[in-house]
Amino acid sequence: MTEPLLAIEGLTKSYPGVVANSDVTFEIGKGEVHALLGENGAGKSTLVKAIYGLIRPDAGHMLWRGQPYAPAAPQQARAAGVAMVFQHFSLFEALDVAENVALGMDNPPPIRTLAARIREVSNAYGLPLDPGRLVGDLSAGERQRVEITRCLLQDPHLLIMDEPTSVLTPQEVEILFRTLRQLRSEGRSILYISHKLEEIRALCENATVLRLGKVVGRCDPREKSARALAEMMVGTKLHQPERAAHKPGQVLLEVKALDLRAPSAFGTSLKEVSLQVQAGEILGIGGVAGNGQDELLGALSGELRTRPGAVSFKGATVGHFGPTARRALGLLCAPEERLGHAAAPDMSLTENALLTGAWREKLVKNGFINARRARAFAESIIKRFDVRTPGPHVAARALSGGNLQKFVIGREIMQRPEVLVVNQPTWGVDASAAAAIRQALMDLAQGGAAVVVISQDLDEILEVADTFAALNGGRLSAKRPVQGLTMEAIGLLLGGAEGDSDAAA
Amino acid sequence: MLRLEKRPQPSKFWNWATPVLAVVLTMIAGGLLFMALGKDPFAAIKMIFWDPLFSPQFAAYSRPQLLVKAGPLILIAVGLAVGFRAGIWNIGAEGQYIIGALCGAAVALWFWPAPGWYIFPLMVLAGAFGGWAWAMIPAILKTRFNTNEILVSLLLVYVAEKILAAMSVGRMRNPDGAGFPGSRNISQYPAASNQELIANTGMHWGVVAAFIAVIFTYIMLHRHILGFQVQLAGQAPRAARFAGVAPARLIVLCLGFSGAMAGLAGMFEVSGPARMISIDFNSYYGFTAIIVAFLGRLHPVGIVLAGLLMALTYIGGELAQFMLGLPSAAIQVFQGMLLFFLLAVDVLSNYRIRLSVREAV
Repeated sequence: MTEPLLAIEGLTKSYPGVVANSDVTFEIGKGEVHALLGENGAGKSTLVKAIYGLIRPDAGHMLWRGQPYAPAAPQQARAAGVAMVFQHFSLFEALDVAENVALGMDNPPPIRTLAARIREVSNAYGLPLDPGRLVGDLSAGERQRVEITRCLLQDPHLLIMDEPTSVLTPQEVEILFRTLRQLRSEGRSILYISHKLEEIRALCENATVLRLGKVVGRCDPREKSARALAEMMVGTKLHQPERAAHKPGQVLLEVKALDLRAPSAFGTSLKEVSLQVQAGEILGIGGVAGNGQDELLGALSGELRTRPGAVSFKGATVGHFGPTARRALGLLCAPEERLGHAAAPDMSLTENALLTGAWREKLVKNGFINARRARAFAESIIKRFDVRTPGPHVAARALSGGNLQKFVIGREIMQRPEVLVVNQPTWGVDASAAAAIRQALMDLAQGGAAVVVISQDLDEILEVADTFAALNGGRLSAKRPVQGLTMEAIGLLLGGAEGDSDAAA
Repeated sequence: MLRLEKRPQPSKFWNWATPVLAVVLTMIAGGLLFMALGKDPFAAIKMIFWDPLFSPQFAAYSRPQLLVKAGPLILIAVGLAVGFRAGIWNIGAEGQYIIGALCGAAVALWFWPAPGWYIFPLMVLAGAFGGWAWAMIPAILKTRFNTNEILVSLLLVYVAEKILAAMSVGRMRNPDGAGFPGSRNISQYPAASNQELIANTGMHWGVVAAFIAVIFTYIMLHRHILGFQVQLAGQAPRAARFAGVAPARLIVLCLGFSGAMAGLAGMFEVSGPARMISIDFNSYYGFTAIIVAFLGRLHPVGIVLAGLLMALTYIGGELAQFMLGLPSAAIQVFQGMLLFFLLAVDVLSNYRIRLSVREAV
């Protein structure tokens, strides 16, 4: 057997209160695409940060081509030939592509030479880039190309990719995979982190599964079903959300030719957005991040006012209403960003229950807060949605992403909305919490509410939604039934091709 | 090596321990400062913190002064704290204090020398209105044109000082005052005088108003939905908008409230301890109150304690200046250090300090 490129033995790293990695051992061979699988909080990030020199492990050691390897800083890791593409891009929107690439390099060449290299390398790997364009004008997929190209310019032996497809359309994913396969054929290794099991099955030949910081399994993902992989990851049998067929009722939410200028310079303006949602229906709105999702949610929640007729609820115009008035009617929302938007990080869960529940749940009387009722409301959310926390006095930021998301979604569902709009309901949420949230949304629709699910996760939309519309550059396609919709058709819609719109409902 | 580690939740203990720690550190650094000036540090610190209250020589005069000084500080600081919690930075309380005093004095001088039970209440309303109106300038500029309320409110202090100077040598000058700048003595005009309510305690209507404001603010911040919205806007502005808090309304409300409180403080001062409008009427209570608000953790009860402590440094500082010949700037530095240390040690409520041994590479 040949010597592995990178061998990790007994790596352990603990933070106060949690052991992020415990005795992790695995190997990556030359030219191997290795998947690192695990739920949020399983320790994937800690592990790759150790490989990339961002943190120092407490115990254990690493071997790079048989030699001891202990990078104290990312510069040392890069010098050895390790490159990393982060899930959250570190790019400056106001600078152009070449300048951004130069900023991430240890010894950048003159910008003119660099621009030529960027053009050459990005074309060679099928990810064409114009070095002179401003990053602020690029799509998420193109921004990722900037990050990947920056890595490739360093001629890495090992490329670490953290959740690379979470911001891509299906077509962009295909392009990325072609590039990754080309890299593999050149003998480069890739450590691929994801929770999207189908992708891993399509791309990787080896997988290491982490749960609670420990290696709980190794396998060849091509030989396992996605369900089997998921169960390895979660450690229990997965509950598949399900619901009975629905009969559409009256139109509860209608948006007509909504135009909205983006509130910030790098936001997306909404252009002539129209949609209708009926009682009992779940409308899935797909689209890559930054195509107007935040603005659409703001326009529906009342944070962004529109002309009165642009939004109507049960036939009454509400576009000029603020969030409180819309909530009073029964139009409720849950934004994407949990900390700082849907919830106040430093406030207790009781206070966060008050944040949207104050009037509908009668937690306030004559302006005075009924602390007991607020607490009881928070407790009932915690109980019904299985939020794992010591109690309602805990600050929101102390909760894990999945638990806080269950709280946020639960808070709105417990208020018996007639229309619920959610943005990225399961983003960064572990598999079991995601299944619980999806089930809750489906139960809500079953009970006669209209639900709008804005999501970048197409699998999620296909799983829960009855109808689908794509948001692209601030424009919303006509909606069509999910039944019979192929991934390819969705990809085209997301790319902005309207197709035969007469098939729309 | 020292390392900072973020706490999962802000520490309740350190939230209240940091002000105490800041006071101790200020005493140490202040002592060093006084030593550098060639004074005995222990004598100076004792003179500032102990003698005004307990020395048989000074206490009879100093003790009532405590409430006289603490009253306006607490009244202004309580108003400021509401805005600060919402992230609305009214730095110009000094200006609102001056305008409040001018408005209150204007009512008194208008009626002089007529008797009437209604004159003093009218002055109270005028004082609050003056401070409120002066604070509405930054509020409206911010909500209309998105100007920075810190700058606008601060610069308006200097405008207010000019108006004060113009008034004390112009429209409000005492016609019987032999041409000296300054208005008639309002505290000697019975219908308008803010008298000591209990002899030799320093208790006057301004102190009463301060305690009412403390109780009112406590209930508003901790029991009322408005207080919740204020805190929400300060901690998570986006979540506040999502919850339905209108930012413009909150700005007008917070600046208006703090302005009215500062105006009231100015009015009680000019009709009582300061006796009249004069060029040097203002004594920077409006700026010191910022320190009081933070030292009191923006909490009404904390502000009462902080106000009393700060009043003590005023009185003790004067005493030290008088008895030990400390320059008055040294006392101001001393007060400034208090805020400086408080902000510095504040890191402890959100972070814990860890000692870590750097491993050899």
